[in-house]
Amino acid sequence: MSHIYDSSIRKPLVIGDKTYHDVTVDVAAPVEGKANKHWWIVFSIALTALLWGLGCIVYTVSTGIGTWGLNKTVGWAWDITNFVWWVGIGHAGTLISAVLLLFRQRWRMAINRSAEAMTIFSVIQAGLFPIIHMGRPWLAYWVLPIPNQFGSLWVNFNSPLLWDVFAISTYLSVSLVFWWTGLLPDFAMLRDRAITPFNKRIYSILSFGWSGRAKDWQRFEEVSLVLAGLATPLVLSVHTIVSMDFATSVIPGWHTTIFPPYFVAGAVFSGFAMVNTLLIIMRKVSNLEAYITLQHIELMNIVIMITGSIVGVAYITELFIAWYSGVEYEQYAFLNRATGPYWWAYWSMMTCNVFSPQFMWFKKLRTSIMFSFIISIVVNIGMWFERFVIIVTSLHRDYLPSSWTMFSPTFVDIGIFIGTIGFFFVLFLLYARTFPVIAQAEVKTILKATGDNFIRERAANKDKHHE
Amino acid sequence: MSSNKKYWKSVEELENGSIVEALRNNEFVEAIPTDEFLGNNDAMSSSSTSRRDFLKYVGFSTAAATLAACEGPVNKSIPYVLQPEQIIPGVADYYATSVFDGFDFANLLIKTREGRPIKVDNNTVAGAKFAANARIHASILSLYDNMRLKAPKVGGKDSTWSAVDSKLKASIADAKVKGGQVVLLTNTLASPSTEKLIADFIAATPNSKHVVYDAVSSSEALDAFEAVYGERALVDYDFSKASLIVSVGADFLGDWQGGGYDSGYAKGRIPHNGKMSRHFQLEANMTLSGAAADKRLAMSTADQKQALVYIYNVVTGSAVSVNLDPKFKTEVTKAAQQLKAAGTTGVLVSGIQDKNAQLLVIAINQALVSQAYSTAGARQIRKGSNEKVAQLIADMKAGSVHTLIMSGVNPVYTLADSVSFTDGLKKVTTSVAMSLKEDETALLATVAAPVPHYLESWGDLMLTKGTYSLTQPTIRPLFDTKQLQDVLMSLNGLTGTYYDYLRASSASFIAGSSWNKVVHDGVYVTDSSVLNGSADYTAAATALAKSKKLDNLELVLYTKTGLGDGQQANNPWLQEFPDPITRVSWDNYLTVSNADAKELGITNEIVANGGLNGSYATITTKDGLKLENVPVIVQPGQAVGTVGLALGYGRKAALKEEMQVGLNAYALYKGFNDVQSVVIEKSSGEHEFACVQGQKTLMGRGDIIKETTLEIFNTKDAKVWNEVPMVSLDHAEVEATKVDLWESFDRSVGHHFNLSIDLNACTGCGACVIACHAENNVPVVGKAEVRRSRDMHWLRIDRYYSSESTFEGDNEKKEKLDGLDLGGFIMGDEETTGSLGGFRKMEQASDNPQVSFQPVMCQHCNHAPCETVCPVAATSHSRQGQNHMAYNRCVGTRYCANNCPYKVRRFNWFLYNKNSEFDYHMNDDLGRMVLNPDVNVRSRGVMEKCSMCIQMTQATILNAKREGREVIEGEFQTACSNACSTGAMTFGDINVKESPIAKLVADDRMYHLLEHVGTKPNVIYHVKVRNT
Repeated sequence: MSHIYDSSIRKPLVIGDKTYHDVTVDVAAPVEGKANKHWWIVFSIALTALLWGLGCIVYTVSTGIGTWGLNKTVGWAWDITNFVWWVGIGHAGTLISAVLLLFRQRWRMAINRSAEAMTIFSVIQAGLFPIIHMGRPWLAYWVLPIPNQFGSLWVNFNSPLLWDVFAISTYLSVSLVFWWTGLLPDFAMLRDRAITPFNKRIYSILSFGWSGRAKDWQRFEEVSLVLAGLATPLVLSVHTIVSMDFATSVIPGWHTTIFPPYFVAGAVFSGFAMVNTLLIIMRKVSNLEAYITLQHIELMNIVIMITGSIVGVAYITELFIAWYSGVEYEQYAFLNRATGPYWWAYWSMMTCNVFSPQFMWFKKLRTSIMFSFIISIVVNIGMWFERFVIIVTSLHRDYLPSSWTMFSPTFVDIGIFIGTIGFFFVLFLLYARTFPVIAQAEVKTILKATGDNFIRERAANKDKHHE
Repeated sequence: MSSNKKYWKSVEELENGSIVEALRNNEFVEAIPTDEFLGNNDAMSSSSTSRRDFLKYVGFSTAAATLAACEGPVNKSIPYVLQPEQIIPGVADYYATSVFDGFDFANLLIKTREGRPIKVDNNTVAGAKFAANARIHASILSLYDNMRLKAPKVGGKDSTWSAVDSKLKASIADAKVKGGQVVLLTNTLASPSTEKLIADFIAATPNSKHVVYDAVSSSEALDAFEAVYGERALVDYDFSKASLIVSVGADFLGDWQGGGYDSGYAKGRIPHNGKMSRHFQLEANMTLSGAAADKRLAMSTADQKQALVYIYNVVTGSAVSVNLDPKFKTEVTKAAQQLKAAGTTGVLVSGIQDKNAQLLVIAINQALVSQAYSTAGARQIRKGSNEKVAQLIADMKAGSVHTLIMSGVNPVYTLADSVSFTDGLKKVTTSVAMSLKEDETALLATVAAPVPHYLESWGDLMLTKGTYSLTQPTIRPLFDTKQLQDVLMSLNGLTGTYYDYLRASSASFIAGSSWNKVVHDGVYVTDSSVLNGSADYTAAATALAKSKKLDNLELVLYTKTGLGDGQQANNPWLQEFPDPITRVSWDNYLTVSNADAKELGITNEIVANGGLNGSYATITTKDGLKLENVPVIVQPGQAVGTVGLALGYGRKAALKEEMQVGLNAYALYKGFNDVQSVVIEKSSGEHEFACVQGQKTLMGRGDIIKETTLEIFNTKDAKVWNEVPMVSLDHAEVEATKVDLWESFDRSVGHHFNLSIDLNACTGCGACVIACHAENNVPVVGKAEVRRSRDMHWLRIDRYYSSESTFEGDNEKKEKLDGLDLGGFIMGDEETTGSLGGFRKMEQASDNPQVSFQPVMCQHCNHAPCETVCPVAATSHSRQGQNHMAYNRCVGTRYCANNCPYKVRRFNWFLYNKNSEFDYHMNDDLGRMVLNPDVNVRSRGVMEKCSMCIQMTQATILNAKREGREVIEGEFQTACSNACSTGAMTFGDINVKESPIAKLVADDRMYHLLEHVGTKPNVIYHVKVRNT
């Protein structure tokens, strides 16, 4: 394989004196080593949250949606807020692995594995909500267009909720296949290094008999490209369709044509924030600072800054259009958002999503690990509020003032949300201990080109050559 | 003659007899030879069944047994052994009857299914003039009240009727010996046959008397009528004949003098040939009448008295000196002069509980020669005398009453001085409480005797003079009950049943008709003569003018539309019924004006979950009576210096725990005076109300309730006062209703149902709400759930207050809002013209607002937003215009409810039937008897909503089809349109071009709710016209 040499002004993507073997050892280390105390503490907390959430779900399903804080006017609140939030988070993984692949952005290689894992784990959380928010979740399969014995009953293809079903299931399956394809050579690496028969057996199953022949690599490259091509439209389509849940309705504050691009930008925004949250911790805990460098974090911060600004423009556009439309119901919906009983949610959203990313204009701040971490958390809080604001403040005061009311969550609403966060971290922590968290095979392909030591060597050789 | 022909059952039999033979022989297989198999020990021991095989068999049989145990729930249904001739399962029967429970009265048609009464409808034969109110509609559920007294009790122990009879007879004999009084204490009966039985009883029993006691007294009006006309009765006004109505403190659309005036009133309120009646209302509490009025003056009862004298002066030309507050002078003068000008088409009514005031009412109407005021056919529904009741209590305390028979009364609960009554009751040797429930009085009486519900009884009623109504049973008595009349007959020594007695005694009232015909019709009308009389009105006016203002706040007691006098406090439909004015359910409360609330530091606020919280107050009357922890509602329109409190709440005996809500205001009803001088103090704590409407005002959204004035309506084009929103289509302004994204179906074939609601005729009485409840098995969810905005009413009546003094003012204010004015908003500037502060101000109701009611149910949109969003197509449209809801298909995403602009969809958050968490009628076998078998009871997790009573329209279609005819005009009805006695709701098929509904759709006043959304509803509204 010929090496593509970067321009000398590009910063190295792998720092330190790393050889191919070093990469293998570094990536395999968390899998082959033993979990430390911190892992166990965090895992226990996550597991407790998961069990608590599970308890709340069981309570909901056995007793009724009435255990939540919803009412006749506000029929969705935390359930769909959480759904959209988790789906949104998922977007970064696909964007990084597919879109950046097509654009030949090589810095994605260190982070795409974990970003995609995050995608899959968050889509699993997201997928929970459309099911458990149903009054009769045991009939959830009715939303699938499967042959049935209910007479001529079929699903309603007009319903955006049905489009959601297709969008989310397609997204999950394509993401999973894409992720797994990338994992094959890395699983094979773990298989080859495994010393216990059990591990060897497991990883040989997971690696689908990867042999490392040239044909394997050729097919691997082709499939990756094809899947990237398939996944790229999904980055746009999934959240577009989620936004249509609202955009196609007649409720002021929901009925907004700007929603598709605005939702996609918001999704990328929150997804990158979540990737930052996870990787800033992981690079430290799993000793991967050489691969996930400050430059990676800085680049992601820039994406956050840009998408945050896009979201900000969308917010302001909504306000402008409400005023410009001359529709009193539309105008009131937005006045009420900003100054009504839920003003605090609106301004939390504005502060977290529009103002906080603007700090990233400063190099000093966007290259600060601590600051990046804080902003990544703040952004995700803001994006949760964005969905809450859209859903609850639009519904609670719509057309007829007689139906206006308020929403307040019960412990079950809160418990289920915390439960999904727990579930997400349980999955991610297990992943971090059993999967190759960096696409080492891919990183090895760029090691010669962008490895710190190789760049230095090249520079030295170049000097020599001139002399 | 025998035949030799041979018949074959098949070709096979002809051709190949042996197979058929073999099959025939094998038709009944012989018994399985288990003995042969199990009995053969050799074979068993040599069997090759291994341990594994054995385990397989065990596993299979366990699994098979388990599966076999999975059976569906067993529903017991008992077939008729002898099919009753008149009852066809699945076909409803209707029986005409009449009811009077001492407070409410109506002429009814009872729908029964398989022998179960399940629904109250209005009797519409000529002469049946009293339609059912919300309470009468709900009374069907009180029949199936599991807390009813089911068998007699003597001394608190279960007993029998024969024991009660003998005890009663012995006691009366003992009274005769000892010379003690025998007293019959009843509610107003208005029953000629019963009165005859009582008269016979009194005549036969020495030292006996009959005392009539109305829990909520109209004694003063009766006294005044008696003083003028010589008999105790009340005028039966006909408001349809009035062009000008002045009401001085009379809530005639509510329970004033028995109520039942709304249909006559509504007739005059629908603009016809450019005319409609004008209505002035002078009142303290905000009432239904005040809400309907064109001009409402909020004034205390003391001011009302002066105003009444003032009007008397103007109308009759007298010059009694009067002390009317100057701030009311202009308006009262206007009312008085217009009343005088209206002449015979004017009418004045008053609810002031003062004999002099009631005399002036008679004087004014006599002076006007008012057509609406007719002494012919006077009401017989109130006869109680405050003095006689007071005398009885004194006698009881003195120990001179030996035997007390009470029927239809609950004085221990309803008397202000119930302590005196209780003390007196202890001195009565034998007290018998004949009651539906083991209520407060029955618990203290020596004998608690259960009476049947009116739907289980025979009876006759003379509600107004000249109308004779019959009550007939619609079901065999559920419990071991006996009517008062049967007991009286037994005491009078009569044999036979009350039915025979009634039939005989009715003969004199139904001359010219037959018993069967009158039972069928439920009512028989004869003539009634006009009464004449006069009294010294000037003296009355002079005396009334001298009445003084109260020193403190004026407490005005009233009865609520939901519970009335409190007889049906254990009825969950009525408890959950939101008050039409405050929209609070499950409570009574003190209503306080905004100004007084501020002074007292009393607040109302909406908390985080949308529930309404209010301060508590302590009420202390001048006589030292105290009511503590009374929740307070700040009531727009409440006259400053007055407070209101509803009677009928706070009962505890024979009530489920959930129904034991509110406070007993009868404790303050001292001297049967509904006006008391009180001191109010704020007390600590916050009350959690169950209010279904947190937002009180319309926010300037004049397109939701379109209204205009009579003047504009008469002079301007419909486009001016019934403005249709315009949208831009292809760069041209077109009416929003003409723009359509979809292709419409051809709806000209078959039926196309529309429901019309005339906002001019709707008084907000709520009869439709309860009728809908009964027809559609709508669940009751309880106070806590209603508070969380989870009321299940399919039909609600929205009530809006104006924020400025009129709704028109709100609209103008909204139009004039300019910019945001953030500064003014933050500073809390009340006069800001910015949107931020302006809308915040508009959330507050005016101190004396205009009021509008708007019944809202599913609008059955032809382009329904709910239908497109359901992922499983559980809600879809019918050709007939109904928006269907397939409960079985619903998975409960609630997307449809979110996308409904009218917010009419209701979700089953929990399981509301057979669930002890919701211990209302659907949780016991008796209560479930009220369920309509044609409508399914929804399970948890599904959405429900108004179906436009599809079970009724389909039944109508099927009936017509079976009878081979077309549907008759007016045959299509819904529960709400049937219940609506004012004619506000009209239902029908718009494809019948000459039908009333087709005309209403074509009317200039017609509009659709939120027409700019483009939903094209099948429910239409008519612009409200105010005659200001």
